[in-house]
Amino acid sequence: MRDLVDRTYRDESRRVLATLIRLLGDFELAEEALHDAFVAAIERWPVDGVPANPANWLVSAGRFKAIDSIRRRAALDDRAPEIERQLAELEQHEHAFAQDGDIGDDRLRLVFTCCHPALSADAQVALTLHTIGGLTTEEIAHAFLVPTPTLAQRIVRAKNKIRDAAIPYEIPDRTELPERLDAVLATLYLIFNEGYSATFGSALTRADLCGEAIRLGRLLVELLPEPEALGLLAMMLLHDSRRHTRTDSNGDLVVLDEQDRSQWNHAQIREGLQLTERALQMGRVGPYQIQAAIAAVHAEAKEASDTDWAQIVVLYDVLLSLGGSPVVELNQAAAIAMRDGPERGLERIDALLARGELEHYHLAHSARADLFRRLGRANDALAAYKKALALTTQEPERRFIERRIAALRD
Amino acid sequence: MKYLCLIYTEEAAAAKMSKDEIGQMMAEYGAFTKDIQASGKYVGGNPLQPISTATTVRVRNGKVSTTDGPFAETKEQLAGYYLIEAKDLNDAIQVGGRIPGAKIGSIEVRPIREM
Repeated sequence: MRDLVDRTYRDESRRVLATLIRLLGDFELAEEALHDAFVAAIERWPVDGVPANPANWLVSAGRFKAIDSIRRRAALDDRAPEIERQLAELEQHEHAFAQDGDIGDDRLRLVFTCCHPALSADAQVALTLHTIGGLTTEEIAHAFLVPTPTLAQRIVRAKNKIRDAAIPYEIPDRTELPERLDAVLATLYLIFNEGYSATFGSALTRADLCGEAIRLGRLLVELLPEPEALGLLAMMLLHDSRRHTRTDSNGDLVVLDEQDRSQWNHAQIREGLQLTERALQMGRVGPYQIQAAIAAVHAEAKEASDTDWAQIVVLYDVLLSLGGSPVVELNQAAAIAMRDGPERGLERIDALLARGELEHYHLAHSARADLFRRLGRANDALAAYKKALALTTQEPERRFIERRIAALRD
Repeated sequence: MKYLCLIYTEEAAAAKMSKDEIGQMMAEYGAFTKDIQASGKYVGGNPLQPISTATTVRVRNGKVSTTDGPFAETKEQLAGYYLIEAKDLNDAIQVGGRIPGAKIGSIEVRPIREM
């Protein structure tokens, strides 16, 4: 029973929370209600049986507990008339949570509220990851390299702003939608990345977050088939299609050119490729579309040796022209190495490091190490792998580097 | 919910406006005010005289100190305000965005604290 409740929490708690926020009109109240609802589930389900629709049961229970709690507070509070009015409103919406037609996914409302421009960009990301992604404050703090209390404060302040300034819980109307969409895409991308390569502990991927980001991506595309929304979804699908082959049965890292491509999710690849093409045909190129196109080049190669690296290098040029970053340049350097040989790749990476960029980015050093390794420069490779190791926090990546180091020593 | 829309514009730039431009701006303000009065959103509002007319008063340790000018030197200066009634922040932002000053300056939209 406990397992079932845990699973229900994992699968449904975000949707239940989103609906409770709409019904109760308050983030804090909804979070308390969610907690109370699950406590009630643990008490009642062993006795009454598991409900046919657990999510609906939980929404109902949460709402009931919240009304109860408001009523008890009203008894002690001199704002009783206002609270009574609030209660009356709540009690009127008896079956408001029934699945009805209007772009009615409460999680979408929640996404647009969490990504409201009245909140700072940092706050948007933190709030979305916490409330919609279900990440803990600690996980988010680690992902953004800030102390946990700082991140916790950021979330509290964001919720306070939503409440005090009365940011409404709604999906923006058509005229505002495109601009509001950018913030949402950036946030979804971050959630996907967190799930794809966990920054915490020993699990390399967290499939439920990827699934969630993809699900929200699909809803967004339905609502607003803008090229970048399609591009983001395509990119996520293509990356996610490789999820099962990124680690072996020991939980160890498997690099792209060693992955068993027959185990890639080909249905997802087909969907990703179609979306990429559809997006690019709209003629409004953007960074997500190009990243999708790069992923598509990999996906289309039957074997690693079939990869069209020249095309990838060109696509990175396009990506850089849209607004580059040192990490993008690093990825291009790796592609250049594949197209022109390790020395050319090394030149690029060394130039990046000389600029002071990426000195603390473990992948810059492991990429460099890999190129040295291919050139047979074992000592240089060892030194670079050691630098990478010192900067890597993920278990599977650490083990991978340690294996490379061990292999070089033999 | 009530919100205060504080209108900040660069006085130096505003001072460079031609008579026609000023006339145009005033007509736009007039039209805007009429519009939000008709829709019941207008609670109050006033243009302010320039910061050269401002005086700042502070009381510290029982001592009153009066200084010439605004509370601080800022790139844009407070030029006026509207007190509005709005459904929620989105509604208030919509109204604030239509204030003529929004095109050249900044409108700060702040919720009133209900006591």
